Amino acid sequence: MNAAANSDVILSAQDITKSFGGVHALRGASITMRRGEVTALIGDNGAGKSTLVRCLSGIHAPDSGTITLDGEIVHFDTPLAAREAGIETVQQNLALVEDLTVWQNFFLGRERTKGAGPFRMLDRSSMRSTATEMLSDLAVNVPPVTSRVRRLSGGQRQAVAIARAAGWGSSIVIMDEPTAALGVQETARVEDAIRKLQASGVAVLLISHNFDQVLRLSDHVWVMRGGLAVAERRADETTGDELVALITGAKAA
Amino acid sequence: MNLPVKTTNVVVPEKGVGPALREARHLSFWAENAAPIGLVVLVIVFSILSPSFLTIGNIQSMLVAAAILVILAVAQSFVITTGGIDLSISATMTLGAVGFGLSWQAGLGFWPSAVIALLSSAVIGLVNGLLIAKGKVTDFIATLGTLSVATGLALILTSGRPISITSVELLRLTTGSVWIIGFPFILAIVVGIVAWFLMFRMRFGLHVQAVGGSEEAAVANGINAGRVRIAVYLIAAVLAGLGAILLVARIGAAEPAINTSYLLNSIAAVVLGGVSLTGGRAKIVGPILGALLLTALTNGLTLLGVSQFYQPLAVGLVVVLAALLTRFQKK
Repeated sequence: MNAAANSDVILSAQDITKSFGGVHALRGASITMRRGEVTALIGDNGAGKSTLVRCLSGIHAPDSGTITLDGEIVHFDTPLAAREAGIETVQQNLALVEDLTVWQNFFLGRERTKGAGPFRMLDRSSMRSTATEMLSDLAVNVPPVTSRVRRLSGGQRQAVAIARAAGWGSSIVIMDEPTAALGVQETARVEDAIRKLQASGVAVLLISHNFDQVLRLSDHVWVMRGGLAVAERRADETTGDELVALITGAKAA
Repeated sequence: MNLPVKTTNVVVPEKGVGPALREARHLSFWAENAAPIGLVVLVIVFSILSPSFLTIGNIQSMLVAAAILVILAVAQSFVITTGGIDLSISATMTLGAVGFGLSWQAGLGFWPSAVIALLSSAVIGLVNGLLIAKGKVTDFIATLGTLSVATGLALILTSGRPISITSVELLRLTTGSVWIIGFPFILAIVVGIVAWFLMFRMRFGLHVQAVGGSEEAAVANGINAGRVRIAVYLIAAVLAGLGAILLVARIGAAEPAINTSYLLNSIAAVVLGGVSLTGGRAKIVGPILGALLLTALTNGLTLLGVSQFYQPLAVGLVVVLAALLTRFQKK
């Protein structure tokens, strides 16, 4: 990392290690993310992508290494701590409650209330209108926020989860395989949402197996292998073939 | 992506009789509304078969008789919404009644005794909650255990003998009424209204539904699922304690009896009310109507001179039918 680039680094993880019993999932991985960019994280299964992401979003505490956010060293003990620091994660399972409505999911754990003391009532109308706004800012073909998540398509669910992550003034949104289970049309819509998110100034960390998508969406690519981040490329200076070679180790960094 | 178009009708249901009639062709309509429909059908059938069924006197006594079950159904509804079940609910009520009886015997007045009834029930609820949330014991086993413990404690504390109680306050509670609606039923309805606001208009209720719908997602959104679980078992137990006071007032004694029918009927009322035992979908009005339905059923059968022996059979059939119908509920 050269000094000039350092100023727009929003997040940097240095020498992160994490073991589960005898399994060394991360052996000193280091990545950086730049402000306002989509940073992709690619690698084979078991390369350590998910573990690294879980360390960044506060689900796992790293065994060693430092995470620096906006120039300050941070320690996340819980997902809530990461969230409060401005890092939102759209998990692969989306963390939506299917039996609840869209707006209820939007505000789950962060409900707005009115009234005082033990008799605080949910401010339903305000939450509904905010959820509608946040969702329509980000995606087309949005479902009414009063519909239950169970009734939404996979793409709509993804849009809801992304809009929720984006809606809290977060500076970084981490997305784990956001289009893995989606059809072509829905994938395009979700990619659209990611672009809008980026345009609004949010830095996105994208985990994806789809190289075309990585090259389409991201500005910067990190390649992981064997618990290390072994290579980085600017997206416009690389090709799918090179990324494959880097992932398999056929080409050294 | 035609889905949102298709769902519009469901999301914003039309009001009025016309759409309701159109809906009635679908089995899901009957499944969603099993309790009110069943209640209306029962009332019609019984009032044809027995002229005394719809008399003011009988309605009055039915409402008073329904009060305890209504409260227990609301209590059970909170637990079942989280995907749990409280098998100890009637034993908790028994222990509450015994707590009331012993305090009264010791010379404490009505109000201190009532508080002790609530507290002794709350202890069982707290144990349930801790076992399930912290001890990770299956709800079924944990509450089966406390069912036995509470029953045993009630027997030990009273040496198995009922404590008869003559209290002006209890007499007023059980006989007083506003027009034809007795105090016990008014109390039950107040419980229902408070429960409805708690469940559907307050943060806590949303968290209860979230934990029942998907604990994993709820936790990922920062909800303390363990605390929610402890809270619902505590609420259920305190409501059982309230039921205990009504029970003592009704019988005029604190009995260490097992009251199994209250347990089964409280779960039955919730099932009749259209609540899925898997949790996640809350209902308060449904279980209350379910409790009224079960009370009307036993009352009507008694009026018709049907042997007491047939009543569990009838309740069982109605519940199994309701459970079958819930399969056709809209998801």
